[in-house]
Amino acid sequence: MEAVNQTTGTRLSKRLRRQRAGRIWGNIFAIAVFTFIYIPIAMMVLFSFNDQRTNYYWNGFTFEWYKYLFTESDLWGYLVVSLIVAVASVILSLAVGVLGAMGLMRFEFKLKKLISNSLYIPIVIPEVVLGISLLMLFEVAHFPLGYWSMILAHTTFCIPFVVIIMRGRMAGMDMSVEEASMDLGANRITTFFKITLPMLVPGILSSAFMSFTLSIDDVIITNFVTGPYATTLPIKILSMVKVGLKPEVNAMTTVMVVVLILGILANSVVQAMLKKRASANKKTYF
Amino acid sequence: MSEPIVKIQHVDKYFGENHVIKDLNLEIEEGEFLTLLGPSGCGKTTILRMVAGFEDATNGIIEVQGERVEDKEAYERDVNTVFQSYALFPHMTVYDNIAYGLVVKKVPKDEIKERVKEMLELVQLMGFEGRRPDAMSGGQKQRVAIARALINNPKVLLLDEPLGALDLQLRKQMQIELKRLQQKLNITFVYVTHDQEEAMTMSDRIAVMKDGIIEHLATPREIYAKPRTKFVASFIGESNIFSGHVTEIEDGIATVETKFGKGRMPAEDFKVGDVAHLCIRPEVLQYSKEPVDGFSISGQVKNMIFVGSVHRTLIGMDEEYDARINRVKYDTAYNEGDTLYLHWEMEDVTGIHGQEDEIDA
Repeated sequence: MEAVNQTTGTRLSKRLRRQRAGRIWGNIFAIAVFTFIYIPIAMMVLFSFNDQRTNYYWNGFTFEWYKYLFTESDLWGYLVVSLIVAVASVILSLAVGVLGAMGLMRFEFKLKKLISNSLYIPIVIPEVVLGISLLMLFEVAHFPLGYWSMILAHTTFCIPFVVIIMRGRMAGMDMSVEEASMDLGANRITTFFKITLPMLVPGILSSAFMSFTLSIDDVIITNFVTGPYATTLPIKILSMVKVGLKPEVNAMTTVMVVVLILGILANSVVQAMLKKRASANKKTYF
Repeated sequence: MSEPIVKIQHVDKYFGENHVIKDLNLEIEEGEFLTLLGPSGCGKTTILRMVAGFEDATNGIIEVQGERVEDKEAYERDVNTVFQSYALFPHMTVYDNIAYGLVVKKVPKDEIKERVKEMLELVQLMGFEGRRPDAMSGGQKQRVAIARALINNPKVLLLDEPLGALDLQLRKQMQIELKRLQQKLNITFVYVTHDQEEAMTMSDRIAVMKDGIIEHLATPREIYAKPRTKFVASFIGESNIFSGHVTEIEDGIATVETKFGKGRMPAEDFKVGDVAHLCIRPEVLQYSKEPVDGFSISGQVKNMIFVGSVHRTLIGMDEEYDARINRVKYDTAYNEGDTLYLHWEMEDVTGIHGQEDEIDA
């Protein structure tokens, strides 16, 4: 470069050098961030193969913990509880939240603003406070602590997220398409299933993922409302920490991470396939 | 004349306390292109939505083809709507959008196919059937919206400012296309717009609306030549309006004393003492340096503007009101600041009855 550009060469090369330095620093920074995020997970995976009862030093490679996990471990039962609670609260919060968002978007009524603003309270309020108040509520109502108390609690903190996500989606949608559908001869039910619902699907999916994620790893609120007969996986693991975590937990979470990664991969493969099919949609109509 | 296809009788519509449609009566003939024209908020879209079934009339009767429809749902009415925002179904292809009305009516697949093909040919969109709305231009979307409505063979097609979102060029082209389509299919079009030029271009009749009332319902020619109210005169095209009282009637000619001076018009049914608005189009308003017999309206030449098709001269009558003169040729006989006397031929003036409180407005 310097050789080519005699007169402005020095200035240009200075800028180029600065750019190159910026790029290098950028890369270092990116690597540092990723390292910081993924090293703990890598450690966890590594120690799941550790031939040791504790997680503090490396003693040798073993599959022992996986064998234990798949034969004797009772962690699976807790995972099932977690999944049941998560799925149930996703369904409940979607049912309430989607309809709630529709109501807030479409109708004018008294207290609309109040309801709209109070949605943010469960989001900003400290989880401990929400947990204690839910526990108090269940006690006062003599509501037994167990599956349903956890499901209701999780639904409580998922609803605002669903409403906010759905409202955002609906705000960007032209709802006159529903009138168009009815104008063309479709009654309300047909309109809902053929027009409204398909248009809401992307929003419903992202709300569902959000709620599922919130529910499956919640510790604080669940801790208050969990019962003696049903406890979620995070609570169980937390209680195990007190007596020392066995690499069994590492093995379990490694399995979960693997399932997750496979899921993400599968999702992107399916998405890519769908996209390909849509763009190559040479469906002939005539 | 046969029975009107849409009959609106004594319809009122309130939104809360707001009285938006006031005792409206309107008969729409079969096969005509009727335009509801007015400024925003005049109630024109509300009328359309009441006929379509999206809005209930507070009271009154709406008939389509001699059948009362007030209690019918939108999906039970034989009318279809083209929406301002197109309202195409974003998750469906053009084919599925157009076919929708027939699909929900469970028409056999082969017939649907044939009809969609016909419609695509009609709106000149063959080859677009596999596209989704977000991959189309505004004009193309509008055609899809029209095809989607027309495929149901509606008795009446309601169009709510369908060209509002298009640029001027495309608008003009679509205006002609819509008119051609309407004549070819012989379907009644009820068209809502606030663009008076658009209304003039396309309509068989225009209903000029203001504040929930139809002020004038007539052919474009009649409305332009003989506006019934001051509002219509000022809303349709350009007008010079001089308001005052009739002071004298002689030989069928009435003299009107305005605050700018005297003017004359055919007396018709005016009586001495009546409030009259003298309405003269800028292209026929005449001027001279000396007063003409019977006229004494005068003002100072304020501005001479070239607006493309015409030369426009603004004549300041007072602080607020400017009279306009439009001429094809530039007149070098006067300059800015000159005093000009205004007058007109009796055939070029329209006398409009008015109220006392309109004189200074």
